[in-house]
Order: sequence, then C-alpha cells, then structure tokens
Amino acid sequence: MALAHGRVTQAQTARTAGLALLGLLPVAFLVVFFAWPVVAILGRGFSAGGVDTVLADAQTWQLAAFTLVSAAASTVVAVVAGLPVAYVLARVKLPGVGLARTLVLVPFVLPTVVVGLAFRALWPDGGVLPLVLANAFFNVAVVARTVAGLWSYLDPRATEAARALGASPWRAFRTVTLPALGPAVASAAAVVFLFCATSFGVVLILGGGRYRTLETEIYLRTVDLLDLSGAAALSLIQFAAVLAALALGAIARKRRENAVKLKQSAPRRPRKGEWWTVGAATVVIALLMTPIAALLVESVSTPDGWSLAGFRALAGTGTDDALQVSGWVAAKNSLAAATDATLLAMTVGVLASVVLVALRRAPGRLARGMGETMDAALMLPLGVSAVTVGFGYLVTLDALPGDLRTSPLLVPLAQALVIIPLVVRMILPVLRAVDVRLRQAASTLGASPARVWREIDLPLTARSLVAAAGFGYVVALGEFGATSFLARPDAPTLPVAVATLISRPGELNNQMAYAACALLMIVTVAAVALIDRFGSVRGHGTVGEF
Amino acid sequence: MIPRTARTVLGLATVTALASACSLSGGSSGGDAQQTPTVTLVTHDSFVAPQDVLDAFQRQSGIKLKILKSGDAGELTNKLVLTKANPIGDVAFGVDNTFASRALNEGVFQAYTSPEADRGPQRYSVDPQHRLSAVDVGDVCVNIDPAYFASKHLPEPKTYDDLADPKYKDLTVAESPATASPGLAFLLGTVAKYGEQGWHDYWAKLKANGVKVDSGWEEAYTKDFSGSSGKGPRPIVVSYASSPAAEIGDDGKPRTKALLDTCFRQIEYAGVLANTKQVPQAQKVVDFLLSQQFQSTVAANMYVYPAREGVDLPAGWAAAAPLPQDPATLPADQIQAGREKWIGEWRSLMGA
Repeated sequence: MALAHGRVTQAQTARTAGLALLGLLPVAFLVVFFAWPVVAILGRGFSAGGVDTVLADAQTWQLAAFTLVSAAASTVVAVVAGLPVAYVLARVKLPGVGLARTLVLVPFVLPTVVVGLAFRALWPDGGVLPLVLANAFFNVAVVARTVAGLWSYLDPRATEAARALGASPWRAFRTVTLPALGPAVASAAAVVFLFCATSFGVVLILGGGRYRTLETEIYLRTVDLLDLSGAAALSLIQFAAVLAALALGAIARKRRENAVKLKQSAPRRPRKGEWWTVGAATVVIALLMTPIAALLVESVSTPDGWSLAGFRALAGTGTDDALQVSGWVAAKNSLAAATDATLLAMTVGVLASVVLVALRRAPGRLARGMGETMDAALMLPLGVSAVTVGFGYLVTLDALPGDLRTSPLLVPLAQALVIIPLVVRMILPVLRAVDVRLRQAASTLGASPARVWREIDLPLTARSLVAAAGFGYVVALGEFGATSFLARPDAPTLPVAVATLISRPGELNNQMAYAACALLMIVTVAAVALIDRFGSVRGHGTVGEF
Repeated sequence: MIPRTARTVLGLATVTALASACSLSGGSSGGDAQQTPTVTLVTHDSFVAPQDVLDAFQRQSGIKLKILKSGDAGELTNKLVLTKANPIGDVAFGVDNTFASRALNEGVFQAYTSPEADRGPQRYSVDPQHRLSAVDVGDVCVNIDPAYFASKHLPEPKTYDDLADPKYKDLTVAESPATASPGLAFLLGTVAKYGEQGWHDYWAKLKANGVKVDSGWEEAYTKDFSGSSGKGPRPIVVSYASSPAAEIGDDGKPRTKALLDTCFRQIEYAGVLANTKQVPQAQKVVDFLLSQQFQSTVAANMYVYPAREGVDLPAGWAAAAPLPQDPATLPADQIQAGREKWIGEWRSLMGA
C-alpha cells in the first residue's frame, strides 16, 4: 500500500514538474517578444511625463468613444452577416458550399491598404459607414467559421421538438438554436471586436483624417511625432478596453461548459423557409466578393483595355526597380515566413493549450486562477498596437545575443505573436472536450504524460490542430501591421510588396500592385482549400472556434 | 530524472529553431561575412539603388553593404533617435530637412566631411559640423491634369492663391500633414509663403474652397486625382515635381504637370551614426552615396534630383520633370520648432 501510494505521489510530482516546464516556453516567449518590448516602450512614455495631461484631455475620451462605438458597430455587422453564412456552412447540403467556405476567408488576408482603396472607389469621400463596413468585411469569416464549427455539432432534435410543439421557425431559432450558439457567437464577437478596435490602415484611409481611433493616434504619436508619453496614455486606454472585451468573451465561453449536448448531424438540402436564410447568406457572400472582383478587374485593366501586364511584371521588380526583389520572390518570402510563423505559433500555442487545460483540471482555485490569467495574457497581442510592439523591439532586443532587431527572424516572430491567440482559441475547446476518463485510464495503466498526449489527445485533436495550423498560416500570409515594421527590403512579403508598389506613381506599378494582390488571394484560396480538405475529413466544417 | 515532457519540449524547440533557420537562411551567404566587413545602411522605404551599382561599390571598397529600410523619413528619424545608443546600423540615409534638426539635436549623427561634398551637396548643408551630407533634392509640388482643364475650357491654375480661387472649387486634393510627408511639405510650403500667422487664413480659404484632405499619398494620387490611372474626380493633387516623369503616355509625353510655383524643397541627407563601431567604413558609404556613380541613379530610381552638380538626368526629365527654380523652403531649426505646433493647429483648423 505505502509503496503504491509513494509511486502515485512521485508520478504526480513528475507531472507537475513536466507541466511547469511545458508552461515555461509559451510564457518565456510572450515575456521576451511581447511583454518586455511593450513595457519598455510604455515605460519611456511614462518617464517622459505628461501621461496624466493626455488622460485628462476630453479629446482623448472622444477618441476612445469613437473607437469603441465604431468597433462595436463593425462587430454587429460582422455577426449579422456571418450568421446566415455560418448556417449554410454548417447545415446546408448544396453545390458550392465548399467553395463558399474557402472564399469567405479571402477578405481576411487582403492587405488593408488595398481594401481601403477598394472601398474608397465605392465611397470616394470615406466616412464612418465605409469604415464600419470595411472592418466588418474583414471579419465576417471569423464569425461564419467560428459559429459554423459549433453549429454543425448542435443536435437538431431540440429544434425539431420545438417546431413539433408549434413554434415558428424564427421562434425555434430564437429560443433554441441561438442560445445554444451563444457562446460561439460571443467568442467570435470578442475576437472581431479586438480586430476592429485595433485596425489601422482601414481607419487611416477611410477615416480620411477626420475619423481617428486610438490605434491611428498611437501610430501617429509614436511614428510621426515621437510623442511617446501621449502614445503611452492612449495605449493604457486601449489596454483597458481590450481587457474588458476579453473578460466578456471569457464569461461567454465559460457558459459553453454546460452547453447543449453535441451531436454531429449531416447537412441536408434546405426546406421551405430555410431558403430565406440561404438567400441571405448568398447575398452576404456576393457582397464579400464584390470588392474582390473589383480588385481582380483592376489587376487586368489599363487605360488602353485589358492586359496581363501587371501579372507578367510580377516576374520583375516593377518600373525602375520599385521592389528590390521580384513579385514571385515576395510570394516565396510570404510562404517561408508564414511557415516559420506557423511552426512557432503551433509550438507555443499547443503547449500553452495543454498547460491551460491541465491548470483548469487541476484542483484548487490558485491553479484555475493562473489558467485564466494565462488565457487572457495569450490573447493580449491581438489588442496591443503593432507599432508599440515594433518600437518596443527597437529599444529592447539589442540586449539579446545576436541583436535580433534587424534579423529576418523578427517577421515570423511577430506574425507568430498574432497567430498564437487564434491557435489557442481553436485548440483549447477541443482539447477540453477530450474525455478525462480516457486519459485517466491511460495514466493508471502506466502511460507517461507525453504518451497520454501522443496516444489519446493527439489523435482526437488532430483535425483541429490541422485546422488551427492552416488558419494561422493564412493569417500569417496576410499579416501586414507588424510585418511592415519589421520586413527587410531584400525580403518583403507579398502584402508589403503590394503596399510598396501602390505608393509609387506610374501605371505599371499600380497594375502590378493589384496583380500581386490577386496572387495573394490565389495563394490563400489554394492554402485554405488544402486545409479544409485535410481539416474536415467528413466533409464538415472545421472544428474549434474558427 | 528529467521528465519525458521536458525532453519533448526541448525536442520541439530544437525542431522549430532548425526549421526556422532552414527557410530563413536561404538568402544570406554565411561564409562571406567573415572576410568582408558588412556595413548596414539604414534608410527609408523609398530607397532604391540598382544592384549592379551596389555590387560595384562592394568590389571597389571591399565593403558589403546591407540595406535596412525603416519607414518614411519621420519614422526613420524616430527609430534612429530611439536606438542612438546602440544603433541598428552604421550609416543612415533619408533623414530630410523636415526632420534633420530632431536628429541633430538628439545627437544621432557624428561629424564627417566627405571629400565628395564640395561637388554640390555642401549647398544644402544644415549644420557647421557637417554631420549630415545632402544626397538628393526633391520638391513637393501641386500636380494637375491638363486634359481636365482643356476639356472644361478652364485656365490651368498656377499658384497657391489659385487653389483658393472659387473658379477651382472642389478640384483640389491634398494629404494630411499629420500622416503623409508630402502633406507636411505642402503645409510647410504654405507657412514659408504666407508666414507663421498668414497660413491659417490661407488654409481657411482652401477649406472653404472645398479642398479634400486624404490621409496618404496613395488615396489622393491613385483614387482622387484624375490624371493618374485611377481616373478620380479631382484634377489638382499635391504630389512631387518628378511625378509627371512616371506618367508618360504612349506618345512619349507626360499626361500630368507639376506647378513649379507651388513647390517646397525636401533635401535628403546621409550621415555616419554616432555610436557605430565601423567609422571608416561608414564614411566610405557616405562617399559612395555622394559619388558620381550613385548620384546618376537617383533620378530614375527614386524620382529625385541628385545633390551633386553635373550629373546627367534621364531623357525626358527636362520636359516632364524640370527642377523648380525657386522653391519655397524653411530653415531646419524653424521647422523643428514649429512642426508639431503647426500640425496641431492645422488639425484643429481643418477639423481633422
């Protein structure tokens, strides 16, 4: 007896030690490549003084209010547009649904400058409406795919029962389906809100200087005015708003723990009233495709008619060497950087998720509290200005061996920072759903924690791992904010090349910019199509929260 | 005993490190760095130089030049200020006269007088210690679409005052000085022309006359301006004196025109960074940027004029992009003292 008891304690100690080591890597990564640079640059702002004056300024709070209200509006639009699409992706069996699943992701990776210009073509004077719509445009995919992930697992019998009892379809949706989807909707909304509240390029182009947000003001004060204390003050407010959004998202996610029983149900052809929803989804997808089609048209049109000159020019470096490398090399750079970023993010994100699940299952409030803190900390990179991180790198990373400040490694590192939260959000729920009894049985039979993970967790979560890696890869392909600060001219990514080309006069450079943008879309569609093939073995939506 | 998990972590970390290293080291040749000293030139995003000229420099000097682009002139200056104690490079190019004083006051650069500087660049000297050497000169000028005015039988505008003339109501698009460097240059041009007080009145008139303000050059030039490929609605835009050189049609003639009485001169400088460990090599890079060889590339590649005298310009520049004779300018110290204040005043005046 005593011997057996001793063995258990020893195993427990080893497990705790293992857990601590596992947790160390993601924590160290976040501390070195996120917290330290951000704290250092904010610290400079605080030591310069004047933070309180900015915080006391009424204009600051108008800025904050506009940021929050416009981000909330974009979130509402994205949710309203995303829900019918989610329904179609999850429930409907019609030709073209697979294609729609792939296409809705394209807006998510488009360079903001290009989308900004595309919306400017429709609303030449800019303003609040195109700004709100453009931010929603980017994020419909987040809502559609997150909610579809849960929707395809909802047991349809509850709705059918409600209908049998005489509820109208709308009432059945409102009282049965919507509450069940609530956590996924809230979780998606929190992420979309973060993206919208910190979006930069779109606000700059469509706000036309009249409408400013915390993010554009932080950028302006840091980059153009070198007013670090002003930027620090605004960052504080942004930070508070982000924490609030994260808290709301976390509360909503918690409710999922006791959500309705999940059961995978096969998609089928829509009946009667359901066609209205299909129609709404079709309209949304058509609207999403409009700017994309406009960009494609622009890439092949010249004042003298249709031409593929822009695409042909991608083999070169543009008029008078606008780029330092050819468009194709930029595409290759994008693929390479996104690969590195995905590897990094998967390593950090999976380890973090494993630790988070373990902490949640561990007894005691302390462990759970630690888990919740770590969960929130992992999301923070989504809510902190890229310029803050980028300028933070400048004042900190020279202390590391090899002076990483000018290293090409910085691009994948920064991209990984953006993807990690998404990876965690996708893997965590699935990992949590793995039956504890299976793992306990394996442990009792003498399997080491690593073996339990390999034999039980890995096979059960393989699909969402692939989906998370794929989604992360796609986000890294399109990432622009952090990349534009850090990419070196001899190694631009495609979005950076697009931005460079579009900022030079001349017909060919302009066409080439749009052609490069089309190339980015094609690469994205190909990547997403591949991922969806691997990620949804049974022809279903990807698992997880995306 | 090391738990298995720990080994897994180490394994994963190693794999990640290796995988990253694999796909990233493709571009650089590691062995080279041992023999030839590498000098890092920090510059702005618009820096372009033909590879053969850079290669020739490496052959002649035995110095490998690494180029690090870092945003526009303002962002570049601010990054240099933030990293002055341990600079991200050895030599910098692209700090212009609108930001030169900030860099000089912060001690970003060290004194160096290039033997090449007496061939013209000295004309644009900003400080007696010669910490900065002028490399090129560009002018921000109002550009117009002559076809528009011809079709409306409207005389082409010529001066700042014309832009405020009701005849040209709702025809002008400019950039915000807060977010775009041509916008800042245009504002400085109006300060130089109308004085520290007078510019407020001028901009109030511009606003009343329907001037449109965009946040960046891209939107203004490619979406709102009618003379570019975007075919926007407005025939007057704030751009560069050299922009028409990029808008040459099939007939060999430029489709746009710069108004040479509405220009503000931007001078771009290079200098050796204060805390570099490779002073002599960095000085050689400054010499190279001022050399005949490099100077003859700047017009075609960066749409600016060489600071050196007697350098040939590309064919067609005389007609498409002549250098303005009498551009407005302001002393760097006055710009440094006024820049943020003017931008702030401009923003409240224009409600931007």
